[in-house]
Amino acid sequence: MSLLKRTCKEVSLLVMQAQELQLPWRERLALRLHMMACDACPRIVDQLALMRRATERWRSYSENE
Amino acid sequence: MADFSAELERLRPQLLKYARLQLRNAAWAEDAVSDTLLAAIERPQTFAGQSQLKTWLIGILKHKLIDQIRRNSRELSTTREDDEPIEDELFDSTGHWRDQPQDWGDPEHALRQVDFMRVLEACVELLPGQQGRLFMMREWLELETDEICKELAISPTNLWVMLHRARLRLRECLQLNWFSGAQLAKES
Repeated sequence: MSLLKRTCKEVSLLVMQAQELQLPWRERLALRLHMMACDACPRIVDQLALMRRATERWRSYSENE
Repeated sequence: MADFSAELERLRPQLLKYARLQLRNAAWAEDAVSDTLLAAIERPQTFAGQSQLKTWLIGILKHKLIDQIRRNSRELSTTREDDEPIEDELFDSTGHWRDQPQDWGDPEHALRQVDFMRVLEACVELLPGQQGRLFMMREWLELETDEICKELAISPTNLWVMLHRARLRLRECLQLNWFSGAQLAKES
């Protein structure tokens, strides 16, 4: 298996981590390569981003509802 | 002053809801909310405008919740109420998605709706204990990941795995209860 090959399972964890911290270059590269070849995982990027924004909004909703 | 205590009493159930979501323990949640209301009664002069009362109280509550987490950190980090990893349900043995993630459409549309916020809140409530706590510590208390690791004495690797599981669960719940049409909020 290639050094840069990651499964969808690994990628979904990396996507989440990438929202919060700077990943090592190898992981960033692996992530990009995976996204080019995978149909499913780019959707996870969008969904996790939406969830992030939703939680932000929920935080202020909880204070102002 | 009488009005002020009536207002506090009125907001109590909402504070309790967030305290329970965070701590997953009814007694600790009660304590944190009582401490919050006491602190508020002791210094009503620091509270400037009526409309900001809830925001101000939630600010105090967040500090009290962090105190409560510190006080009970040993117990919190050893609770084992979390079930088997959700990854096994979502991924096959080769690490591929069992079901492809669906298109969620226009995210702005969802975010504008109050009902969506209610579904999100209900989904957070359904997270297993420890995952729910970690999710709330990160997303609602806005603690840094290294602070969370320190408070609960868990490793960063463990924290990321747990946060990931929490988000995968949340994603499943949103998929089921919002994006595929059936709406949890309508039932409550």
